[in-house]
Amino acid sequence: MRITSALAAAAVLTLAAACGGGGGGSESSSSPNEPVKIDFLSLAWQKESVAANKQLVDEWNKANPGIQVTYVQGSWDNVNDQLVTQFAGGTAPDVIHNDSPALSGFASDGYLLDLKDKLPADLKSDIPQPAWDTVTFGDGKGGQGVYGVPFLQESQVIIANKKLLDESGVRIPTANEPWTWDEFSEAAKKMTKGESYGVAWAMKSPVNKTLNLALNFGGTFFQTGADGKTTVKVGQEEREVLQRIHDQLHKDKSADPDALGQGTADPLPAFYKGKFAMLPAGVYLRQQVVEQAPDGFEWVTLPAPKGTSAEQGAVSQTLSIAQESEHPDEAMKFISFFLNGTNQAKLAKGDWLLPTSQKAAADPAMTTEENGWDVATASAKNLVVAPFLKVNGFDEWKSKVATPALQEYFANKITIDQVAAKLVEDGNKVLERYQR
Amino acid sequence: MRRASQYVALVAYVVFLAFPLLWLLSTALKTPQEMALTEPTWIPREPTLANFGDAFGEQDLVGASLRSLVVALFASVITVLISLPAAYAMARYRSLINKIAIGWVLVSQVFPFILIIIPLFMILRDLDLINTLPGLVVVHVTFTLPFALWMLQGYVRAVPRELEEAAAVDGASRLRSIASVVAPLLAPGVVATLLFSFISSWNEFMFALVILQDPDVMTLPLTLVRFTGPEGVARLGPLAAASLMATIPSLIFFAIIQRRLKSGLMAGAVKG
Repeated sequence: MRITSALAAAAVLTLAAACGGGGGGSESSSSPNEPVKIDFLSLAWQKESVAANKQLVDEWNKANPGIQVTYVQGSWDNVNDQLVTQFAGGTAPDVIHNDSPALSGFASDGYLLDLKDKLPADLKSDIPQPAWDTVTFGDGKGGQGVYGVPFLQESQVIIANKKLLDESGVRIPTANEPWTWDEFSEAAKKMTKGESYGVAWAMKSPVNKTLNLALNFGGTFFQTGADGKTTVKVGQEEREVLQRIHDQLHKDKSADPDALGQGTADPLPAFYKGKFAMLPAGVYLRQQVVEQAPDGFEWVTLPAPKGTSAEQGAVSQTLSIAQESEHPDEAMKFISFFLNGTNQAKLAKGDWLLPTSQKAAADPAMTTEENGWDVATASAKNLVVAPFLKVNGFDEWKSKVATPALQEYFANKITIDQVAAKLVEDGNKVLERYQR
Repeated sequence: MRRASQYVALVAYVVFLAFPLLWLLSTALKTPQEMALTEPTWIPREPTLANFGDAFGEQDLVGASLRSLVVALFASVITVLISLPAAYAMARYRSLINKIAIGWVLVSQVFPFILIIIPLFMILRDLDLINTLPGLVVVHVTFTLPFALWMLQGYVRAVPRELEEAAAVDGASRLRSIASVVAPLLAPGVVATLLFSFISSWNEFMFALVILQDPDVMTLPLTLVRFTGPEGVARLGPLAAASLMATIPSLIFFAIIQRRLKSGLMAGAVKG
């Protein structure tokens, strides 16, 4: 009897839920009296960032009764699986938040709208060309297009325990005068005392971190020949950063071996305890430190070390428009509003990342010393388009070849020659399939 | 003495089973600083409800739980309703078609979901079922049905054929013998299958992710994943608080259904 009652209640609830549920995803109104409806898939996940996103959407909706935006929250872990299906099924959201590495494949498959002729002049000029380069890809038909508006970027910095840093007596690097990799290694050695290490490299996902830093020595990892074919290359330039990190782990023993298999944020509890002094990480990790660090814990943000240059590979967060969107012009208007300088500063603060907008970067909140914003923002000038962004097949190379090979290398199970061979030989087999 | 040791063993087992739930509760009540300690604490030093505030403030947890409950209930009931007669036929009738059907049920389990997700999505789109809970119910029934069929078939086989023959000798028709003799003995199996289907649907994420796009129809797994970021970074406090609240509807369902499981077991014992 109870089961029957429960089922009856469920039936009523289903009816209510089904009737109340939205239908049609990116369904668009066609009546001239009804507002245009746009779905905006956002990947914001931090509290402040979600709040900033929702606030901007509300602002837009109030000011633009004719173009109503629906905020749809997605998640970073699954967004590309979600989009693959929705693109194939023709139900993708109008405005899509993603990151630049994901855009190349979608662009060449024809799922994203080329924005180069739709970008308003003020938005175009406010974002520097290197950021636009991260979203410029082949259209799959021999041409080049702009498939997203880049708005937040991540650079690598070093989050350091101030007390241990001061005690070591090393020179404190600044944005204008960062450590060289040699100085960084020396500093890590000086900070290694007893059971405390100088640095911790969290290498659960080693590829983007090492490839972005490899640009310090001109390491591109990919080269395109005269025949237009891209192959993997691991020469001396590419080996520098790999070798230096490996040395810290296994030669100098100045890097905490426990952190090796951990994700980016996992070493933080040990960091607060002083188990190691420095944590190379993306700028966004400062938010976790601010939120979690015990009272009285002092920390600073240091610039990443430099090699022959301080260049780092840039990956942008982006807003794109689906090719199938019925309202691309309205979607572009929304993007222009959403990513203006003032709003980008809000979004960057919410996500603890760097805005691409020059107006946003000049916002006093982006240059304050508090929580290392000054160092983080200054690091944006070193960001250049990461060569791997343009490589068709990079995702497969990364997951099937580079991640396991680099993990083995950093765990000292294979030599640098062996890792280089794997990256090149196995990698080229992967790339070959994408270039037939 | 023997009884005491049995109780000790039982308590230890319950504590073991309850560990994830207790840890979830403990985490949900901790401050971010306490969560980042290298020596985790069982009892929060400075308990806070802020995580619950954040979880409920940012996401429609109540609505999502309700929708998940509705989808899981319907998917599980429909699965059982469809699979029960099919399982009976598979267990009682031996023919080539039957064998092929059983083989196909097994083969269907080896396909990865990702292979079928795009064609399934297209079919649902053509049926105008994208972004609707009935659409998700259809999908959940589709993917739980083969295993439910397999489970129930085993339960039907376990009921002695002789009982039906005895009922037939007493003059019962096949339908009557199924209703009066087989059905009560199958009750535990039906409830177990119902639970399996419910859990599968309740936890299902991938299909819901691609089928449901409107925030107003999203189910609980989609809502919980909103507290995670790139590279496995998560907002543990709100995630734990939301996950804790998310367990309540399924606990209520289990509390209701487990009595049925017990009564079904007893019915089987008497008839057997």
